[in-house]
Amino acid sequence: MSETFKGKSTSRRGFLRGAAAAGAGALAAGAAKAATPDPLIVEPQPWAQGLGEGVDVTPYGLPIQFENDVVRRNVDWLTADTISSINFTPIHALDGTITPQGCAFERHHSGAIELAKDDYRLMINGLVDTPLVFTYADLERFPRENHVYFCECAANTGMEWAGAQLNGAQFTHGMIHNMEYTGVPLRTILEEAGVKTEGKWVYVEGADASSNGRSIPMEKALDDVLVAFKANGEALRKEHGYPVRLVVPGWEGNMWVKWLRRIEVTDAAVQSREETSKYTDTLEDGTSRKWTWEMDAKSVVTSPSPQAPITHGTGPLVISGLAWSGRGAITRVDVSKDGGKTWETARLAKPGERMALTRFYLDTTWDGTEMLLQSRAMDETGYVQPTKTQLREVRGLNSIYHNNCIQTWWVKPNGEAENVEVS
Amino acid sequence: AVFAGDFGLGRPALPEEIAAWDVKIMPDGRGLPEGSGDVWTGDEVFAENCAVCHGDFAEGVGNWPKLAGGWDTLDHEDPLKTVGSYWPYLSTVWDYVNRSMPFGNAQSLSNDEVYAITAYILYSNNLVDEDFTLSHENFAEVEMPNAGGFIVDDRAETEYAKWTGEPCMENCKDEVKITMRARVLDVTPDVEEAEAAEAEPVAVAVAEPEPAPE
Repeated sequence: MSETFKGKSTSRRGFLRGAAAAGAGALAAGAAKAATPDPLIVEPQPWAQGLGEGVDVTPYGLPIQFENDVVRRNVDWLTADTISSINFTPIHALDGTITPQGCAFERHHSGAIELAKDDYRLMINGLVDTPLVFTYADLERFPRENHVYFCECAANTGMEWAGAQLNGAQFTHGMIHNMEYTGVPLRTILEEAGVKTEGKWVYVEGADASSNGRSIPMEKALDDVLVAFKANGEALRKEHGYPVRLVVPGWEGNMWVKWLRRIEVTDAAVQSREETSKYTDTLEDGTSRKWTWEMDAKSVVTSPSPQAPITHGTGPLVISGLAWSGRGAITRVDVSKDGGKTWETARLAKPGERMALTRFYLDTTWDGTEMLLQSRAMDETGYVQPTKTQLREVRGLNSIYHNNCIQTWWVKPNGEAENVEVS
Repeated sequence: AVFAGDFGLGRPALPEEIAAWDVKIMPDGRGLPEGSGDVWTGDEVFAENCAVCHGDFAEGVGNWPKLAGGWDTLDHEDPLKTVGSYWPYLSTVWDYVNRSMPFGNAQSLSNDEVYAITAYILYSNNLVDEDFTLSHENFAEVEMPNAGGFIVDDRAETEYAKWTGEPCMENCKDEVKITMRARVLDVTPDVEEAEAAEAEPVAVAVAEPEPAPE
């Protein structure tokens, strides 16, 4: 049921899993000279002689077996069970910005429910001229829009408030995905029902047992919120809200209500469980912030990282990572190799898009000495991603949510990387 | 029907349909159905439906949420946030229990049972006496200890100005020390394939650079 997202004192060995694959590539560094001809070149290989699979073998495919480690992972001690729980996107192994839906993280409060389109109903009621019921087919008849947005759990990196805890970008930063959504602006639906002037808030809830009800101010509801039914070109996955979810650009993932069944226009916030007991951020003096909706600018180096060690030796090295901001577009990412003493500005693969993941690269040469890798995002408001020390000075250690601090990976001379905190 | 919108899609919701799905309770108690329940009844209903996870006294079992206790711990190192120590509104308790509990069998409680459970949770938090009866009539009189404990997001005032502008690029600090290591804590899940990877760390191959191709 509950998430504590705090430390735990188990003592299982947590070694970098990337080491498993590391051995084979150890000697492949740079442009080492070959002593003998490569049999993969000079001897005919089976795939160059025989036949591959026919086009009727795989109507809907999964990744090739060699990518079996690029999967969601669960950390069992984080929550009391796996039903109201979280898993993590393998961001350490992905590139670009679009998250494959099949390994995009899940967060449920009463499990991933199965809701057929035929059984789907969306109600809009409350302070409207005409309360309405829509079928799924109705929704597909409204004018649509397409947008790419990140969905980041409010608790992403939350386990790291008290210190360096989980050893891998997947675990420290993987409560996130980034998809191209197709849907109907919430504004269109609200206008169809006719919002009364007293309507200041919108309360949205899901069809699942948890309901996950949240209050959204009318200004946001009329701005860019989408009632979405497609992601990355196809229907939403069951675990992501099939057939309809809310997309709330830039705002904490909890508000992206899945299996959306009801939209109510109200005169005040409902102050539901998910905006009082949860998703409120306790400060050092014991008071708590509520309605911390926006996800601030943040970034992480995805490679090298604890799950993606350097296995190719010295020489050319691609430092790669993700940056994003709930307050607009990423304009710049700086990377430090010495724990923040000096910084270089990285290259954005594409200009940053508003409230979407942005890929950055720093093409560099590694001399084999240890590095303390950091990345620091800046967004179009001029906001610069803070350090954990800076965040703690304002908030203390008990906020749980909204940890957008600069992450440090300690890359050792053997290429292994570890999650650390630095002074 | 006359629609405000241009599309004429959907159909008017019927009162029965709205009543079935719109069960939310506002902080001022709006939305509460008629009914009541006392602490003693709540004790029984709680024992039957809730205690297996939340404990006989709402103190929590294992990793399941504690609903009582933790009073005055919010500014401590490890605050215990419960209904009594943290939740600002009783409406949220009623609403959430009614809509989403028990876990795995939600929406199975009658209105009176929800009143009784809510009364019992108040009692478990020392907020009412054992002879207390909660009803739709006295609901709004109950004040939660941490009702005043919340502020609206103030990051715009307390953080944004501080962290905006051209950041330091060179000579930003004199020294950097590692102060904490995840490997020392060692709570990251192992991956089966990697269990075999107890091998020595990979040796770094230092490549001899080839002359650049012409």
